[in-house]
Amino acid sequence: MLAKRIIPCLDVKDGKTVKGINFVRFRDAGDPVELGKQYSEQGADELAYLDITASHEGRKTFVDVVRQVAANINIPFTVGGGIQELSDVDKLLNAGADKVSINSAAIRNPQLINEIANHFGSQVCVVAIDAGLCEDEWICYLNGGRIPSGRRLFQWAEEAESRGAGEILFTSILHDGVKKGYANETLALLSEKVGIPLIASGGAGEIQHFKDVFIEGKADAALAASVFHFGEISIPELKQYLKKEGIAIRIT
Amino acid sequence: MNIAIVQYNAGNICSVIFALKRLGVDAVLTSDLEILQKADKVIFPGVGEAKTTMEHLKLHRLDQLIRDLKQPVLGICVGMQLMCRYSEEGNTECLGIFDAPVIKFQREKAGDKIPHTGWNTLTRCRGDLLANLPEEAFVYFVHSYYVPTNDCTTSETTYIQKFSSSLQKNNFYAVQFHPEKSGRIGEKIIQNFLNI
Repeated sequence: MLAKRIIPCLDVKDGKTVKGINFVRFRDAGDPVELGKQYSEQGADELAYLDITASHEGRKTFVDVVRQVAANINIPFTVGGGIQELSDVDKLLNAGADKVSINSAAIRNPQLINEIANHFGSQVCVVAIDAGLCEDEWICYLNGGRIPSGRRLFQWAEEAESRGAGEILFTSILHDGVKKGYANETLALLSEKVGIPLIASGGAGEIQHFKDVFIEGKADAALAASVFHFGEISIPELKQYLKKEGIAIRIT
Repeated sequence: MNIAIVQYNAGNICSVIFALKRLGVDAVLTSDLEILQKADKVIFPGVGEAKTTMEHLKLHRLDQLIRDLKQPVLGICVGMQLMCRYSEEGNTECLGIFDAPVIKFQREKAGDKIPHTGWNTLTRCRGDLLANLPEEAFVYFVHSYYVPTNDCTTSETTYIQKFSSSLQKNNFYAVQFHPEKSGRIGEKIIQNFLNI
């Protein structure tokens, strides 16, 4: 049976992970490869690395990080942050990334989805959508949730799928960072509307939230950052709990 | 040991090279017919589209070469699909090593997502490639086309319906999943291939 996926997300700035304490036996708490390895050994099903560097130099460093991750870690990983055009995707895939996530660039230039899918295959192309409520309607936001776009969430998700996206990564900006659970109602609607896998992001605070996002939110995968980085939830405990709750989960 | 990886117009092949390196094996990535023929083992990876890939193989005379190999060969993902008779992807005549078709997944109910993406289990495992795996062996899949179970099936996986997650015929081995991305279990499977 296909397992629901647990995906820790690591923010990388100038080649170092930001956030992230509480792990013992670490040579370097800021080392993205060490941290990813740790998560992989704990049973993470995939990893997501988000480049939050603004500088050009930092972006080059990120490609080196991707290469190191690919050489050292034996589970799939997605990279995102700052991807603008096909040549950015090419660099990251050549460095060994399995998938790339595109966000604002896809809204500004939807053709980018087609280009990635045609060149590298749909499985490579994760379209990340940040959305929030605006006058009772879910709309997409640009630039990490700061600027509202004219796009409606459900229409955009369907368009992304028809253009060749392989997965949707949905973050509710209303739920992100609040730790009160994922946007399950909206996720469930989205999951029924699109025929590609849906990754939920934003809102994890307790282990119960993961069960809810899989059952109520009908998500195929759940992504979280701080609850893992700060050791509030351990992946082995989370997975044991989900299995006990009858959810298809991979125990390593 | 001398391991050659078939080089062609496909995507992320470096992950296979990295996976072998983690097991202490330096593989050579090549489309040179002679090097491939002389290798102890050949890996035929694949991320890409069936039709253009088959055309590329034919153009470089790799199609006949792969069919004629006598050493152990491992096809991965699209590599496995191309080793079958025919693929619905682009209506493509393939290598025909396995007498089986490659069929597109069809959604049967809401919630069926295509591609089949993520970790799923291998059942009814047989043969030396999948020897000594734990009871519930999860491996990583990402594919929109599948090979139905047939005489060459050496393990089954269920998504929407039952399909072949691996095949074997004589010296030809093939897996639909990505052992290079399947954690410890994947490493075990690659090691099993190296040990054949």
